[in-house]
Amino acid sequence: MSLLSSRSAFSRLADEVGTVDAVGVEERVAKYTTRSIKKAAKVQGLKLAVSMLDLTTLEGKDTPGKVASLCQKALHPHSDPDVPPVAAVCVYSAMVRHAARHVADSAVKVASVATAFPSGQTPLKIRLAEVRAAVADGADEIDMVINRGAFLAGEFDRVQDEIAAVVQACGSAALKVILEVSELETYDSIRFASFLALRVIREGDFIKTSTGKTGLNATLGNNQVMIEAIRDHYLDTGVAVGMKPAGGIRTAKQALQFLVAVKETLGDAWLTSARYRFGASSLLNDLLRQIEKEKSGAYQAPYYFTEAAESY
Amino acid sequence: MTTLTAERKKASGRNGRAAPELIFGDLWEFDPAPETADPRLKPRYDLFIGGEFVPPRGGKYFDSINPGNEQKLAEIALAGPADVDAAYAAAQRAQAEVWGRMPGRERAKYLFRLARLLQDRAREFAVAESLDGGKPIKESRDFDLPMAAAHFFYHAGWADKLEYVAPGRTARPLGVIGQVIPWNFPLLMMAWKLAPALAMGNSVVIKPAETTSITALKFAEIIRDSGLPPGVVNIVAGAGETGAAIVNHPAAAKIAFTGSTEVGKAIQRALAGTGKKLTLELGGKAANIVFEDAPLDQAVEGIVNGIFFNQGHVCCAGSRLLVHEPVADVVVAKLRQRIRVLRVGDPLDKNTDIGAINSRPQLEKIRELVDSGVKEGAEMYQPPCRLPSKGFYFRPTLFTGVTQSHRIAREEIFGPVLSILTFRTVEEAVEKANNTAYGLSAGVWTDKGSRILKLSTELKAGVVWANTYNKFDPSSPFGGYKESGFGREGGRQGLLDYCQLT
Repeated sequence: MSLLSSRSAFSRLADEVGTVDAVGVEERVAKYTTRSIKKAAKVQGLKLAVSMLDLTTLEGKDTPGKVASLCQKALHPHSDPDVPPVAAVCVYSAMVRHAARHVADSAVKVASVATAFPSGQTPLKIRLAEVRAAVADGADEIDMVINRGAFLAGEFDRVQDEIAAVVQACGSAALKVILEVSELETYDSIRFASFLALRVIREGDFIKTSTGKTGLNATLGNNQVMIEAIRDHYLDTGVAVGMKPAGGIRTAKQALQFLVAVKETLGDAWLTSARYRFGASSLLNDLLRQIEKEKSGAYQAPYYFTEAAESY
Repeated sequence: MTTLTAERKKASGRNGRAAPELIFGDLWEFDPAPETADPRLKPRYDLFIGGEFVPPRGGKYFDSINPGNEQKLAEIALAGPADVDAAYAAAQRAQAEVWGRMPGRERAKYLFRLARLLQDRAREFAVAESLDGGKPIKESRDFDLPMAAAHFFYHAGWADKLEYVAPGRTARPLGVIGQVIPWNFPLLMMAWKLAPALAMGNSVVIKPAETTSITALKFAEIIRDSGLPPGVVNIVAGAGETGAAIVNHPAAAKIAFTGSTEVGKAIQRALAGTGKKLTLELGGKAANIVFEDAPLDQAVEGIVNGIFFNQGHVCCAGSRLLVHEPVADVVVAKLRQRIRVLRVGDPLDKNTDIGAINSRPQLEKIRELVDSGVKEGAEMYQPPCRLPSKGFYFRPTLFTGVTQSHRIAREEIFGPVLSILTFRTVEEAVEKANNTAYGLSAGVWTDKGSRILKLSTELKAGVVWANTYNKFDPSSPFGGYKESGFGREGGRQGLLDYCQLT
């Protein structure tokens, strides 16, 4: 092995895609939180956020009935006809066929987590089989997890090959690649993992922050590092990939701050559910509450809104 | 490392389609979000001498206008030599009889009180500062006001610990200090000047800049409310002539000036041989040096903070970007994208990033220098943002292809204009950075710690920021080399400039 190639996979990728300064990233995203979104801009932003939601239930106790209820809420989030349906429902692969039945003939997509979510710790052929099964049952989108063990061990080729294999298994279904940022820990690693995924996925696929099953999920900082990677990849190759922050976004105010980040980093072309999604469950009711508040001038009691997915 | 632009050209050539571009349009436009706190302005502001608001003896007033819409805000009393005399007399009396004799721990109580009263009225003062000076409300709210209060807090902490300022020696007050401050951070510069002087037991005659006197005279209300003994702080307003009267007054033990190098030189000439102490904080033409191994997106953010903060009206603004040739294209491309989303406009809108230029003369000076840049062959880029029809506004501006001999690389523009130069080696970067009459500040962006340490000793600048820019703290001394002045403000070093050691 030559001296050059014996440098770690991390430093070689760092040379290629550059590194990230944590203090600088946090300074940048703090500016998003001072943006003041009022009146018509606020209503527009709230509705946009609703339309970008992947309404999610990922529990061991999920049943066809729970999924049906989730799908109904996804189709009709609120009695106000101006509120758009959400982008997708996101369920475990075993629930895909139930969800698919309920949202058939609507714009709402069925997204399925697959590849032994959330750990990904099963043999590759089993993970691929799960993807194929979910697609066969009617999933429009697959949310996969990357092999964090391989990433942290520096086996970048393996990480990338596995993503490429899942792309193949997806067929025409869109793919969302979950980096599980809290297990990568540093912004540098998040940028590296983003590029590993970006280089093998297709236009219209997504990269996604987290499973929602670990301590730290989507933050403005993680989001910023990932959308900057998407921007750099797009400007280099012309391939436009989407972004999905997931977990931890519970309030309308947070959602608007994420959208400001998109507006000021990726621009108008990403302000659409085709290129930006929120993975969340409790966020929806707060968005609805704020939309109602802008209309009536007062906050409504919680029982005016149908139950949120997390309240079962 | 191939550059982004080169890659893009390759991509477009390969597929025969246009190079990918980002669209920063108005798909989701923000509504106006004006700050609505009442600035509580008076129609007319008198001088503050001997603890009272007094009309000027000459009876003259001048207008202070809002640079954001060119409307008159208030009338300000114009101080003549007789007023300055009265101010010095009040200051001498207060220093000799009360303030200079008061134990430090008692003086500290007044300084704490000033800090807290300022915090109590922070929103009101922030709005007044933005109205009078044109800076965006988010900066006056999040930077100027908190920092001004922090300076009073910090120096209140020193007032009863002055025996530790210079261990083994005794620090005594100088007497009456004459202070002249600029228009870019009116209230904050006042805090920088007053807090150390007062903590040390001096009294003060201070003159705010003629375009931005309002917050200084509003601060006089706080001084009065704090119960500070009459005459310890005297505020006289006016332009250059009033400043000259302060500088040349025989009762001044020391002059502290922040402003242009030209005026600073005149003051130094005037004081030669008088025995008065002098500190000067003057202009700058700081180099912000970006190496190829720097985290580029964060460097770009730092470059933007460095030059577009406060419309570039910052003496330590990073107005010269020195960028390593291998990454020059990428950095410039990223900078252009970044300034596309800067919001220029109404200083009182909470979403404004770049507010109004402080005055018409300053706007004309910026235009003149920018024109010279174009004439001398540098390439200019300005984002296509809409500017308000009334008021003094200037688009954020980048110049590429700038060399050391361009005027825009040598003269202080004091506006939102960045001159971009390139370098090949570390040695060249240092040489270019130091090839200026100024030496106030510099920035270094690199992943390599040893390079930061090397450059921080080789750059002739009072402050060197590493992987960040425009960071301030009351405990950190600030001041210049060469024609950027001498003396330090902040920290122990700043206090030493307000005392005599025996």
